[in-house]
Amino acid sequence: MQLSGNGHLSLVELRRGEHGILDRLDLPADISQRLMELGFLPGSPVVAAGSAPGGDPRVFRVDGAEIALRRETAARLILRASNPEP
Amino acid sequence: MSGCDDCALAALHPPETATGAGVVAIIGPPNSGKSTLFNRLTGLRQKVANYPGVTVEQRVGNATLASGREITLVDLPGVYSLSPRSEDEQVAHDILTGTMPDFPRPDAVLLILDSTNLGRHLMLAAPVLALGLPTIVILNMADDLKARGGEIDVQALSRQLGAPVVLASAARGDGLEGIWEFLAERCAPPAPVDASALETIPKCRAWAARMGKHAAYQAPAPPIWTRRLDAVFLHPVWGPVIFVAVVVTVFQAIFSWARPMMDAVQTFITWTGNLVGAALPASPLRSLLIEGVWSGVGSVLVFLPQILVLFLFIGILEDSGYLARAALIADRTMARVGLQGKSFIPLLSAYACAVPAILATRTIENKRDRIATILVAPLMTCSARLPVYALIIAAFLPERPVLGPLLGTRATAMLGLYLLGFLAAFVTARVLKSSILKSERGSFVMEMPPYRRPTVRSLGLRLLDRSKIFLRRAGTVILAVAIVLWIFAHLPLVHGQLPAVEHSIAGQVGHAIEPVIRPLGFNWKIGVGLITSLAAREVIVGTLGTLYGMEPDARSRGLQQALRQDLTPAGAVALLVFFAFAMQCMSTIAVVRRETAGWKWPIIQFTYMTVLAYGGAFLANRIVSAFM
Repeated sequence: MQLSGNGHLSLVELRRGEHGILDRLDLPADISQRLMELGFLPGSPVVAAGSAPGGDPRVFRVDGAEIALRRETAARLILRASNPEP
Repeated sequence: MSGCDDCALAALHPPETATGAGVVAIIGPPNSGKSTLFNRLTGLRQKVANYPGVTVEQRVGNATLASGREITLVDLPGVYSLSPRSEDEQVAHDILTGTMPDFPRPDAVLLILDSTNLGRHLMLAAPVLALGLPTIVILNMADDLKARGGEIDVQALSRQLGAPVVLASAARGDGLEGIWEFLAERCAPPAPVDASALETIPKCRAWAARMGKHAAYQAPAPPIWTRRLDAVFLHPVWGPVIFVAVVVTVFQAIFSWARPMMDAVQTFITWTGNLVGAALPASPLRSLLIEGVWSGVGSVLVFLPQILVLFLFIGILEDSGYLARAALIADRTMARVGLQGKSFIPLLSAYACAVPAILATRTIENKRDRIATILVAPLMTCSARLPVYALIIAAFLPERPVLGPLLGTRATAMLGLYLLGFLAAFVTARVLKSSILKSERGSFVMEMPPYRRPTVRSLGLRLLDRSKIFLRRAGTVILAVAIVLWIFAHLPLVHGQLPAVEHSIAGQVGHAIEPVIRPLGFNWKIGVGLITSLAAREVIVGTLGTLYGMEPDARSRGLQQALRQDLTPAGAVALLVFFAFAMQCMSTIAVVRRETAGWKWPIIQFTYMTVLAYGGAFLANRIVSAFM
């Protein structure tokens, strides 16, 4: 399993049907604002739904909608560690 | 309707505003049903589609209130917020704040939100209500909300927002009374919005959640059918298979289903032509009517059924929500040429017409991606090429089954031409994106709307609209070119007699350019057609109809027969290739100039496409000749 820099998982690591809590968006301001408007807010639960037949882009379920993102974008959306940190 | 009891407050508002010519803006997030509502209220035709970003130009229509008063409705682009980042948001922002030049600030706002996803959609309410314009909040898709077990207390939401709120279903026409009432009475401006909601996106979302909670909003169950359908349409194996099957069906339908209707139109045109011919004495007027108008315009009109079948399919794909999935499937391939899934939707619309496609590029935030998409869009096979392709294919290719009854030779040839345009667009995009329009790999972010059943009403409006556009073109550009051509084909008089076509002005012009087009396998008649088709591609069909219609024996054989005798198969293939690549369309040139703010890009584009068309046709002629 691929880990991002600080050991936290990103949306890319979610397998189909799995969910995680979004921690932060590691992206330039304009694109992260756009994503936040679509529901990718820190603290929001995100579920990995389907994907294009080739596996990229992937579809995520967030805030009542399904949003398609390319893998490289999804890899910059960092999830909260599933176990509460000490 | 709730909250317009608040309209008692309207007494505070100067009554003049209620009697003046009102301008009312419709705003909402993408895919909230704005355009459907706009159609409902105005009856004006408007493109409605089930994917984000269709409304790219502010469309304006009139609606008549019960009192007889006329109001003007403006359909703004779908936006998630009013912070101007893309061209669409800039337009919405400028119009609502009254900073759009030459555009009056709206007197009232219809804010339309998807009631099945209210939590997020309410976020747009904060900046819109903060504008201080009288606003009604329309919770659309109420039928869907109810069917999936969602709930909302409309009265409570109205109290919370300080503005009237109605539940409605624009698609079914439910709940419109409340909107008409609002338009007639004109409520007071909304209560001020909690300032914190305007600070950051998370604070805005929290505000929206609070509003929803106070209104006892119960989100509906997830759209089960959408998930089931996506499991099939995005399936690793079935997804692409279905995609290809859909495309093949469309092409086969254009040829086989439209055929009886086309024959009927042809019969009607021949019949009326004979009727007119019999009623008039032999005179230049009769000749103009029969050879100019009937042959010229009639030969184009025959293709209306085919174009309507194409638009019916595009309409079903768009309205059902399948198109957004197609964009998703296409993104990987688009990325390979340096574009993105968002370019896919304009490019797909370009199969209908390049003009709306070029307008649809406004949703692309990256400027270089946008220019690249504009430059390649006219290479996609638009519906104006259909009559040209159909005529040549039907004249030269006998219909035989290729894949049983499913796919015939003619549909295959048509599919091949569509593929040719697609490949040309692709290669061009690739070259552009790796040279003069190079930019960093962008992102692709797109909402997948739930699947919806296309309504007969919406599809019907589309076809009606398309027929009007087609008939208007036939009645103006094509008719004018046909008449001018007829005149040029009958002058100058030789000893007071009509000249043979070859010696007319049109014939001389055709002969003058013949040396240039001879290497492509074209004769002078095609040359005249190439010139007239600079106005619009399908004009060549009418021109050939007129030119061949002037030769008595060719007229009796019909245009297809006449072409088959006059043009080699290699020349026919070359002609198809020429039309696949050439930018024969004044409207497209005009819209590219407008959208790129200058002549630079349209000139580059026209030159490139003409060179490509000439080179491609030359090669096609050589290659096919070598094999025949």
